[in-house]
Amino acid sequence: MGNIIEVENLEKRFGKHAAVDHINFSIEEGESFGLLGPNGAGKTTTIRMLITLIPPTSGVMRIAGLDVQRNKVIIRRLLGYVPQSLSADSTLTGYENLLMIAKLLGFSAKERKQRIDEVLEILNLTHAAHQMVQTYSGGMVRRLEIGQAILSQPHILILDEPTVGLDPTARRSVWETVNLLREEAQMTLLVTTHYMEEADMYCQRVAIMDHGRIAASGTPAELKASLSQPGATLEDVFTTVTGNTLESGGTYREVRQLRKRARRFN
Amino acid sequence: MKSDSFVNVLDVSIKPAEELALLLRPPTLGDWLLGYFHGVWVVTEIEIRKLRHDPFELVTRAVQPALWLVIFGEALSRLRAIPTGNVNYLTFMTPGILAQSLMFISIFYGISIIWERDAGILQKFLVMPVPRASFITGKGLGAGVRALCQAVVIFVLALLLGVHLNWSVGAIVGSLLTVLVGASFFSILSMLIAITVKTRERFMGIGQVLTMPLFFASNAIYPLAIMPDWLQVVARVNPLSYVVDLLRGYLVNGNVPNAPLAWAVLLIAVLIVQSIASLTYQTIVL
Repeated sequence: MGNIIEVENLEKRFGKHAAVDHINFSIEEGESFGLLGPNGAGKTTTIRMLITLIPPTSGVMRIAGLDVQRNKVIIRRLLGYVPQSLSADSTLTGYENLLMIAKLLGFSAKERKQRIDEVLEILNLTHAAHQMVQTYSGGMVRRLEIGQAILSQPHILILDEPTVGLDPTARRSVWETVNLLREEAQMTLLVTTHYMEEADMYCQRVAIMDHGRIAASGTPAELKASLSQPGATLEDVFTTVTGNTLESGGTYREVRQLRKRARRFN
Repeated sequence: MKSDSFVNVLDVSIKPAEELALLLRPPTLGDWLLGYFHGVWVVTEIEIRKLRHDPFELVTRAVQPALWLVIFGEALSRLRAIPTGNVNYLTFMTPGILAQSLMFISIFYGISIIWERDAGILQKFLVMPVPRASFITGKGLGAGVRALCQAVVIFVLALLLGVHLNWSVGAIVGSLLTVLVGASFFSILSMLIAITVKTRERFMGIGQVLTMPLFFASNAIYPLAIMPDWLQVVARVNPLSYVVDLLRGYLVNGNVPNAPLAWAVLLIAVLIVQSIASLTYQTIVL
């Protein structure tokens, strides 16, 4: 399958500060792709540009072959987006949160009922559908938000730090749910996270971001193998890739070359 | 069974090339208009549902106009210091207090979009394929519905206090429409302020600064004639004066001599703030 998302030389500056500094990556259709990195690495800014929320300073983004900046309205039809903060409306019930999105999307009453019932079932929220969201646990709110994002059956589901603040059980259920959806509903998944072990378990390919740049990318297995250190984790990869950058003060290209050289020696 | 329902969803989720082609078609003006009116309707419904879940706000909101009518109104009625023609002062000021309370409800309404921005709700709506103008209009109408509830409260207070209002159907419909449009104007103006200043603190500051002159530099609680010339000019460009003109005309005098002008001013004012707010709406997330 071809690339559904292509990003070339993407840059976003806030004044003098480059939040995203000329990054390149592409995501294949149907893949689960993780943007990893610490807070402030530029992951959320990248996502916000991709979903048409903020314009880039320079660079090109293409989704389904279309230039994002020139086709914002079309791009929005393809996306499902779950923001980082718990963004379900706490002053409404769970059912109403879904109903309002379904109505905004223009579904007929019959279609609405069918889709909402299915989404509630998939996300295991049927029992709490008519409770106010104020009474939900963090994991339930997160599931509800995923429900809101998949009501339109989007081609691409984008989640910004979906497991922040959740307990381990809720985290696992969030990841398993989105991956199941990806596989069965043929969605492409783009997730940001700073939990390396979660990305390792649930993403097919990852890009590690630091200071607005992509320091390394590949499958988790490739990245771990590149360390040539038995039992290496993505955490180790991250420390190596970004830690060196900090210590040597060099650019990521220099670090990468350094690492490539080191690999040849081993 | 859970797995069965899953399969169900997945059946409709499989996207053949034609379906993708349909999604990729460029939007037309017709799409936009349809999306706009539909969006306005849904956003208004969201606001009404919120109000229904927490009607307590309406109760607390009713206290202030009640105090104005009972304390200020009764006291100044006895004083007879303000020339109000052949109606008593309490009757004269009741439409003014209705205008005041719709303005107070609406002028702080914009803080809700700052709150929604901070919660991430607004971002989620912004990336939906729905015209952004519909969020502005819909929320404006939501504020209008709140103000309509307030109008009912003030009508009841007026009955209890024995205020002689014109209770004809035409007067009630005319005044309720005025309340709806007036509240839409002030709430959209408030959203425009929120979009511009972006933080709660600055927003509250500006809101506080605005309410005083909007209220006192209007004909809400005294006629324009008693003001010095320069203040009359200010009051004449104050949209609240036109809201009061309409309300006082419908509810007290039974006719509104300058109705076409007042309606034109209000509707054009709504159109202006609506256009600017729609165009700048997304900058609140920058």
